Amino acid sequence: MYAFTYHRPTTVRQAVNLLAKNSEAKLLAGGHSLIPVMKLRLGSPGALIDMNKIEGLSGIELKGRSLVIGAMTRHGEVATSQVVKEALPALADLAGMIGDPAVRHRGTIGGAIAHNDPSADYPAAVLGLGATIITSKRRIEADEFFKGMFETALEPDEIITKVSFPLAKKAAYQKFKQPASGFALVGVFVSKRGADIRVAVTGAGASGAFRVTAFEEALKKRFSPKSIEGMTVPATGLNGDIHGSAEYRAHLIAVLARRALAAA
Amino acid sequence: MPAVSMTVNGKAVTADVDIRTLLVQFLRENLRLTGTHVGCDTSQCGACVVHLDGIAVKSCTTLAVQAEGCTVLTIEGLAAPNGPLHPMQEAFREHHGLQCGFCTPGMVMTAVDMVRRKGNELDEKTIRHELDGNLCRCTGYHNIVKAIAAGARAMKGA
Ligand SMILES: Cc1cc2nc3c(=O)[nH]c(=O)nc-3n(C[C@H](O)[C@H](O)[C@H](O)COP(=O)(O)OP(=O)(O)OC[C@H]3O[C@@H](n4cnc5c(N)ncnc54)[C@H](O)[C@@H]3O)c2cc1C
Ligand code: FES
Ligand code: FES
Repeated sequence: MYAFTYHRPTTVRQAVNLLAKNSEAKLLAGGHSLIPVMKLRLGSPGALIDMNKIEGLSGIELKGRSLVIGAMTRHGEVATSQVVKEALPALADLAGMIGDPAVRHRGTIGGAIAHNDPSADYPAAVLGLGATIITSKRRIEADEFFKGMFETALEPDEIITKVSFPLAKKAAYQKFKQPASGFALVGVFVSKRGADIRVAVTGAGASGAFRVTAFEEALKKRFSPKSIEGMTVPATGLNGDIHGSAEYRAHLIAVLARRALAAA
Repeated sequence: MPAVSMTVNGKAVTADVDIRTLLVQFLRENLRLTGTHVGCDTSQCGACVVHLDGIAVKSCTTLAVQAEGCTVLTIEGLAAPNGPLHPMQEAFREHHGLQCGFCTPGMVMTAVDMVRRKGNELDEKTIRHELDGNLCRCTGYHNIVKAIAAGARAMKGA
């Protein structure tokens, strides 16, 4: 790991100012993506802005028909929250499938979404539910947020403060784990909220999480595995690596989408 | 070099550290608490698990400065010095839950945290699932699972 300067602001405004002043700076949330990256010298930010002492960035709240989760809320809190389990059980399930217990004690929803690892789980839920990302500057719709692997619509001095998930009538997440890393080889999140039907895929896209509009169209008649029986996803634009070819991932998308629909 | 202060195994400690120091390095190299191990550089093996403010974390993926003002418990602090073993350690001994012992400190610290979250009656499926982040290259896990179930029950009385 290369050296850096370390800052511990206590307000979002201080953190934003530090980011604005220092183009080499990175926010530190749970550190469970950033610290491994720095240890392997894949990244070497000149400054770390630790958000752990900022008050009011974590917590889970039901606001009308939305579940609002603070950016610093740990995966473990989402997985075990009674509020999440009742309002959006699919989201609690997803959070409980991330990494292992110690990873879930540290990793945060804001960090996972900002990092936008192409195999991370949360992006599937954000896209699959049509969530809104609330930042220090504005509100960003899920469909506008993810901009390709490890890229998002966030500006260099913009901080995620909350994520707001609309409650869905039906929703489920199915994940096929890459057995060594535990990340998603493929993960599929499905939801139905009135006429809004979403099928979002993580792990497979060469440019990160994406929606399968053909499946969504087919599900408009009936939100059931039968509606997409026999349908497939083209392998073009999908990841292929030693863990699975693009064709294999395409196959898994259809299988997991059907399983998620059956579970929803 | 920034100073960091925390409470480790009940003792207040302060040291000047290079900002890059990981919590595990601080424990092993500054405090000479070498029971906490480093088994990988990808945050996957769990040999480095300690409790930070009562919660199991991977100390190889936490900076020492992030533990500023916190309470840290390592394998050395689990039982009183010269006293009997902690019930979970005793269960690992009794059930032969280790071979080379490299993974054991992390296993024991994870197991104690498992009891905090899941209670004293742990079935095999729960234990195996909860051990997702702890790798053992020797035992094949069977006796670790048995030890954790027994240790969890023994902790009820303790
Ligand atoms: C062993 C292991 C297994 C894992 N398994 C999985 C898995 O199965 N599925 C999965 O999805 N993930 C997995 N992860 C990743 C884990 O979920 C991370 O915690 C998460 O991706 C990043 O969250 P963090 O809070 O740790 O962020 P950090 O590592 O602190 O930050 C990540 C990036 O996001 C930026 N950032 C953080 N917070 C904000 C914010 N509020 N606003 C703007 N930018 C921000 C940081 O500057 C940094 O660039 C695993 C990690 C490990 C170590
Ligand atoms: S040394 Fe921390 S997880 Fe391997
Ligand atoms: S006993 Fe040797 S690694 Fe577990």
